[in-house]
Amino acid sequence: MTQFHEAQRAMRAIRRAAIQRGTIAVLDVGTSKVACLILRFDGPERDRMNDGVGPMAGQTSFRVVGAATTRSRGMRLGEIDAAAETERAIRTVVQAAQKMAGIRVDHVIACVSGGRPRSYGLAGSVLVPTDVVSEADVARVLAACDVPDIGDGRETLHAQPVNFALDQRSGLADPRGQIGKKLACDMHLLTVNGDTIRALLHCITRCDLELAGLASSAYVSGLAALVEDEQELGAACIDMGGGATGISVFMKKHMIFADAVRLGGDQVTTDISKGLHVPWATAERVKTFHGGVVATGVDDRELIEVGGGTGDWERDRRTVSRSEVIGIMRPRVEEILEEVRARLDAAGFDHLPTQQIVLTGGGSEIPGLDTLAPRILGQQVRIGRPLRVRGLPERASGAAFASAVGLCLFATHPQDEWWDFEIPADRYPARSLRRAVRWFRDNW
Amino acid sequence: MRQVTRRDPAPSRIAYRMQRLLLTPLFWRALLWGLPLALVLGGTGLWLSDADRRQALVEGATELRRQIEERPEFMVQIMAVEGASDPLAAEIREILHLRLPVSSFDLDLQEVRDLVAALDPVAGVRVAVRPGGVLQVDVEERVPAIVQRRSEGLVLLDATGHPVAPLAAREDRADLPLVAGTGASRAVPEALALYAAAEPIAPEMRGLVRVGERRWDVVLSGGRRILLPEAGALRALDQAIALHQAQDLLTRDVDVVDLRNPRRPTLRLGRHGTEQLLQARSDR
Repeated sequence: MTQFHEAQRAMRAIRRAAIQRGTIAVLDVGTSKVACLILRFDGPERDRMNDGVGPMAGQTSFRVVGAATTRSRGMRLGEIDAAAETERAIRTVVQAAQKMAGIRVDHVIACVSGGRPRSYGLAGSVLVPTDVVSEADVARVLAACDVPDIGDGRETLHAQPVNFALDQRSGLADPRGQIGKKLACDMHLLTVNGDTIRALLHCITRCDLELAGLASSAYVSGLAALVEDEQELGAACIDMGGGATGISVFMKKHMIFADAVRLGGDQVTTDISKGLHVPWATAERVKTFHGGVVATGVDDRELIEVGGGTGDWERDRRTVSRSEVIGIMRPRVEEILEEVRARLDAAGFDHLPTQQIVLTGGGSEIPGLDTLAPRILGQQVRIGRPLRVRGLPERASGAAFASAVGLCLFATHPQDEWWDFEIPADRYPARSLRRAVRWFRDNW
Repeated sequence: MRQVTRRDPAPSRIAYRMQRLLLTPLFWRALLWGLPLALVLGGTGLWLSDADRRQALVEGATELRRQIEERPEFMVQIMAVEGASDPLAAEIREILHLRLPVSSFDLDLQEVRDLVAALDPVAGVRVAVRPGGVLQVDVEERVPAIVQRRSEGLVLLDATGHPVAPLAAREDRADLPLVAGTGASRAVPEALALYAAAEPIAPEMRGLVRVGERRWDVVLSGGRRILLPEAGALRALDQAIALHQAQDLLTRDVDVVDLRNPRRPTLRLGRHGTEQLLQARSDR
């Protein structure tokens, strides 16, 4: 655990240094597309001085100067399947974004959508030695959380304190400086497969880039697609990606649950490909241009040309009606949504005060989803698009870029995590030199 | 259906690295400025490393410079001396001994000016190259105001005491007053003032003699002298002239009128006068 702490802490230092230098890139390596945005930080936030305008979660301090997308290679179910291919995709997209920005970037923040994320709720409590809670007490209570057995080969992606309680008072956002005896905290721990992270890290390192942060794609999609009220009152964000569908539940501006369904748009494409006997690329095209989930009478008359694929253009030509395509797509989309519903039920989403669900990601752009989704997920469903950030090109402002935009927000204003606090001295390995140095610094 | 996939080839590792290198500001600046600079400097250095080429370059530059200097626009064809008498003009031409035509670049006007100004008869000089290739020398000549007798001969002085020219004979400039004695040339303005004041006795005047480099003696005909004091010489002279006009002092047998002490003027009588005086006393 301490070793991973150190890695996360090093990434935080790199992120700070990169923002100091003014340039950082965010990289969303997805199953269907790889997107890269280059952010330039224009110095201190000038708008912050205006009265009534808060820091706006750091959204005003940066500007997107480069954006590039390419089709993904070597990815399956949100995980890296062929590292060399993925590396090539990253190279393509980083080069294009650098060319557009005219800046060289060295640091990237990436997100992970696959890797079977698993979410844990941790609780811990500690007695406050002095009456006033200090930062060291917060660190101690975080360290006092009993970590479950997260499994072999799994790594912590997020460990965010979501709630502090002091004596009987609960729901404190920041207990520091408050007076009480017993400090308790709830922490949300998100773990993923270590191999997934390591494969991504390997690809990024092979592109001469340094990783300055790692986030769950479901989490960052939620940051981008949920409006502030939804984050505060409680909502679920469903990021319908190509290879995996991410679920994140927000409450009081903290992510309290995250999960992923290993189904996505790629399965829909595969179904079309199999059902219509067309190549995968053609199926993808049919899905994007003519896809839908609610059939109407006019769809029977709309015929889509799908080539035979034999090259005999004169004889071998086939057409399918749009309702056929919808008939193939709808069961799969329903299956995805039902799977999401099952995950949400398992997480106890029905007990939340609001049942708001926001669909985002490329899959949320299927026509007719807004009538299909409420039947499965409940009435409070909307299709969300990521919020606008400065300088984002129009082509990168669609729902498919929710996690890329969320990564921008994550880059500028990351939430405090476990590793942002000092590790209590008694957790250090014995005879640590740094412990001696700390002792000297504290006492002299 | 046609296969419409946008070509999106991945860059090779080398191309990717090259692009990143070129986007590095320092590297790019070095490439943009440093490389051409190094090429130019290196090429020049290589070319100049041969001594013959260096010499040829220097010669070429000199030749080019000479060609420009010798363009007719820059040549001085004639010299015009204005404001000088003929002998002075001839002298100026002689000391300058310019070999005309000469380029105005080779002409050191300051030196010409200094040479001309060093001549005795020249009070001031302006030298300029006029358009049309004329070297214009405007000379202001000194005006002789007084004649000084020196041990080596007579010299004409101007009103400030600066020598103008030697004088062969006093008769040549009989109109000018005469001074003599050591240091007389340094007190020429005072001498001129004394001469002006001595207008009533001008026919008697022979000259002024500087005594001990501090005071003047007025020498009159017959070797008579008026000894003037160091300070207030003019007033003392006026006093002597007034005496003369009132009592015909100078027509009497007086050898020396000593006014060196203005409060005690003294007369030294001539031989005849002394005898007359003794006679008169013994008669009484």
